[in-house]
Amino acid sequence: MRILPLIISSIVTTGLVIALNTTLLLPAPLGKLLSPQHGVWQNAESSQASFSEEFKLPQLTGKVQVYLDDRLVPHVFAETDKDLYFVQGFLHAKFRLWQMELQTHAAAGRASEIVGKIALKHDREFRRLGMVYAAESSLKEMEKDPQTKLACDAYTEGVNAYIASLTESSLPLEYKLIGYKPEKWSNLKSALFLKNMSENLAGHDNDFEMTNAKNYFSQEDFSKLYPSYQDSLDPIIPKGTIYEKPSIELKVPADADSIYLNKSDLVVTTQEEKPDRNNGSNNWAVSGAKTKSGSPILCNDPHLGLNLPSLWYEMQLHTPQLNVYGATFPGAPSVIIGFNDSCAWGVTNGGRDVRDYYEIKFKDKSKKEYWYDSAWKKTEFRYEAIFIKDSATYMDTVAYTVFGPVMYDLSFSGGRASNSRYFSVRWKAHDKSNELKTFMQLNRAHNYEDYLSAISNMKTPGQNFVFANKAGDIALRTQGEWPAKWKGQGDFIMPGTDNTYQWQAMIPFEETPFQYNPTRNFVSSANQDPADSSYPYYLGRGYPLYRGIIINRRLQNMNDITPKDMMALQTDNYNVLAEMATPLLLNNINEKGLAVNEKNLLRLLKAWDYNNAPNSRGATVFDVLWKNFSKLVYDDEFKNAPAVILRPYESTLLQGILSDSAYKFLDNISTPEIETMTDIATVAFKNSIQELEKAQMEGSIEWSKFKDTRVNHLTKLEPLSRLHLPIGGGTHSINATKSNNGPSWRMIVSLTSKTEAYGVYPGGQNGNPGSRFYNNFIDHWAAGNYYPLWMMAADEESSNKVQWKMSFTN
Amino acid sequence: MKFIVSVLVIALLSLAAGLFLPWWTIAVVAFVVTSLIPQNPLRSFLSGFTALFLLWGALSWFISSNNEHLMASKVALILKMGNPIIMIVATALIGALVAGFAALAGSFVRRK
Repeated sequence: MRILPLIISSIVTTGLVIALNTTLLLPAPLGKLLSPQHGVWQNAESSQASFSEEFKLPQLTGKVQVYLDDRLVPHVFAETDKDLYFVQGFLHAKFRLWQMELQTHAAAGRASEIVGKIALKHDREFRRLGMVYAAESSLKEMEKDPQTKLACDAYTEGVNAYIASLTESSLPLEYKLIGYKPEKWSNLKSALFLKNMSENLAGHDNDFEMTNAKNYFSQEDFSKLYPSYQDSLDPIIPKGTIYEKPSIELKVPADADSIYLNKSDLVVTTQEEKPDRNNGSNNWAVSGAKTKSGSPILCNDPHLGLNLPSLWYEMQLHTPQLNVYGATFPGAPSVIIGFNDSCAWGVTNGGRDVRDYYEIKFKDKSKKEYWYDSAWKKTEFRYEAIFIKDSATYMDTVAYTVFGPVMYDLSFSGGRASNSRYFSVRWKAHDKSNELKTFMQLNRAHNYEDYLSAISNMKTPGQNFVFANKAGDIALRTQGEWPAKWKGQGDFIMPGTDNTYQWQAMIPFEETPFQYNPTRNFVSSANQDPADSSYPYYLGRGYPLYRGIIINRRLQNMNDITPKDMMALQTDNYNVLAEMATPLLLNNINEKGLAVNEKNLLRLLKAWDYNNAPNSRGATVFDVLWKNFSKLVYDDEFKNAPAVILRPYESTLLQGILSDSAYKFLDNISTPEIETMTDIATVAFKNSIQELEKAQMEGSIEWSKFKDTRVNHLTKLEPLSRLHLPIGGGTHSINATKSNNGPSWRMIVSLTSKTEAYGVYPGGQNGNPGSRFYNNFIDHWAAGNYYPLWMMAADEESSNKVQWKMSFTN
Repeated sequence: MKFIVSVLVIALLSLAAGLFLPWWTIAVVAFVVTSLIPQNPLRSFLSGFTALFLLWGALSWFISSNNEHLMASKVALILKMGNPIIMIVATALIGALVAGFAALAGSFVRRK
């Protein structure tokens, strides 16, 4: 034996193995990662891969058959609900485990465990918002109800059965790349997933921004910049609807005018940007009187962040008592948007303000007692340990008052509050509720009464539920458990030293605006105001107006409608805001002295048909011009404003200039002259030239290239994302596709005796980036095409649509 | 002859071990095989190196072609390896180096 060479070469070998198995020397454990039998190669799914498999799982009570069609959509046939939801959980995990865990970690304020310190601010914010506290309270309700408890328990067991079957080589790709392992699923995680949707859809408020605006502007300017009701409004429930006298009489605090509405209160702010969420959606249903078949057609396209793997996963769920098809959430049992043998339903976001802040007066910095109703009241504390990858644990202490958690305090301003004051958040999503029951019951609904009973469980996030059934009914209800507010309540930060500013009651279910088989033969919603100003409760402000206007205009004029017409409508790129704004801008742009190319650019706008078509150049000119116009109108007023402030909505500007040719804010207050619409429109156009010419040079003047829609992988890693999609539309078009937000699931259901349904989402059924089913729907979606949705019958086992078969037995 | 036998035995045992054991058992396999089939250090190194270069190269090539290089064309960019071919060669080289040095060490066990 040659000792020295043996030792040296052994050390070299061991060193190599350590270097290649860890991240001590290399940024990635390349040996582990590239081993063909363990690493990422194992995630390279063969293009001939068979998904047929037999599973023996003792948790099952009977047999379950899963038929996978050519798009990898599973059609699950089970004997019992328990087995059904077990297999739903198993399949969600099999195809989407990584995203389920990432999203629920993020919801729980645990992202730092996976990605390290960069997520600490997010985690603190979510802990302080009380996300886990909210999920725990909703879990209690879910587990109190036998139906949802059974579904959650079975679902969790199914996810965990899949996790237990994982080996190093079968781990999803992202776990290998980032270097961690999945933990067990639990019912709390399903609750967290649903709470995350609440945060996404009902976690938006402008209370600090509006408080600052109220302080900064004169009362007159403020009411012009932030009007609470828009004249051009076409509300969800049409104008002229008669509302009963409200059953709740709200007591406006006696001092509301002096210490709240007119009080000048500037929250000292830092300078961080607030993410713009822009979640919207469309849904509508037309009655048989307007369709070619004589049966209702229901359509829905929820607009959400466009991500890979997709938020949605298509499934059919079947038992002897149940047959439902639609888009499911990997993370929770049941179908969320879909149809069964009797009816179909869909949602758009309600968007009302259900998150308010109260300023808390603590006795001292220990926060142990706060002043409430003329006494010192004891605070409760929740201690939050945030574990951070490769770093020491961060301990956060969150005080809870009668209102809710003290989200912003001396240690945390969230980039919008103050570092010297305390603000408790009152959020509707903290209240007890069981939203899952809504979907469990909708999946089983037969008629209008079932629909009403199902959606009565939907409290937060409030949604506009559209409904249609084979009996010919159509309906839409602006459903949610909404706080009954007096005018202005919760627009600004409220005093928290007594109960007078608290929410006094919830609007009763019977007083929720709704429509059932209306004479106009259609119902629709696109996130606009639920009702006009005759509705007796305060509805707040900031609803998007324009998609609703164009949808109603189109539906009004459509007859003999076919599903194909509905596809054209859902992918309609018409920009109704541009239709209203362009003529006025064009009339006011002074062409004298414009250079040749400037005139050419203007000609593009003149020739434009207001369609945000993918190849439209006029759409790009309008977009840049409108942005510059808006800046020019308001920049002078906002020059010295606090950084955390709300800019006026686009509808406010458009209404302002349409209704008043000498709109007050057109004048640039930093110059002695009084500027007119012509001055501002002309300068705005000139200011747009540089950006437009740059786009021309770079070949991105066409709208789809300029807008540059992308579907991001949840890590935002570009190689796993889909970039530069050739798709038109935009914020104010029915096809509301923005750069990274848009129709996340398009569905059309014609409720003929044999249901005819179509759908598509920008993703693919398999979350594995190494699979050909990872993003195979995206091009189809971008082109505005649909897949027929196949509601498989139990005796169609041998249909040629069935590609693979999974058998589950106990 | 010894060389070819060593290469084959190392490759086959590595393949078998990989089904159940961690990736680095290729080092153990190469070490044991070259300590049992004595060759000079250079030949031993080369037999470990060749065995794993061929095994990992062939496996990853085979997997990736069946996958139409879908996974590799994405992950190669994340790992800053440019394209699937580089990623396959890198895979083969990593296996080869680990097994090569382990095989070298193995060759010194019985050498006088």
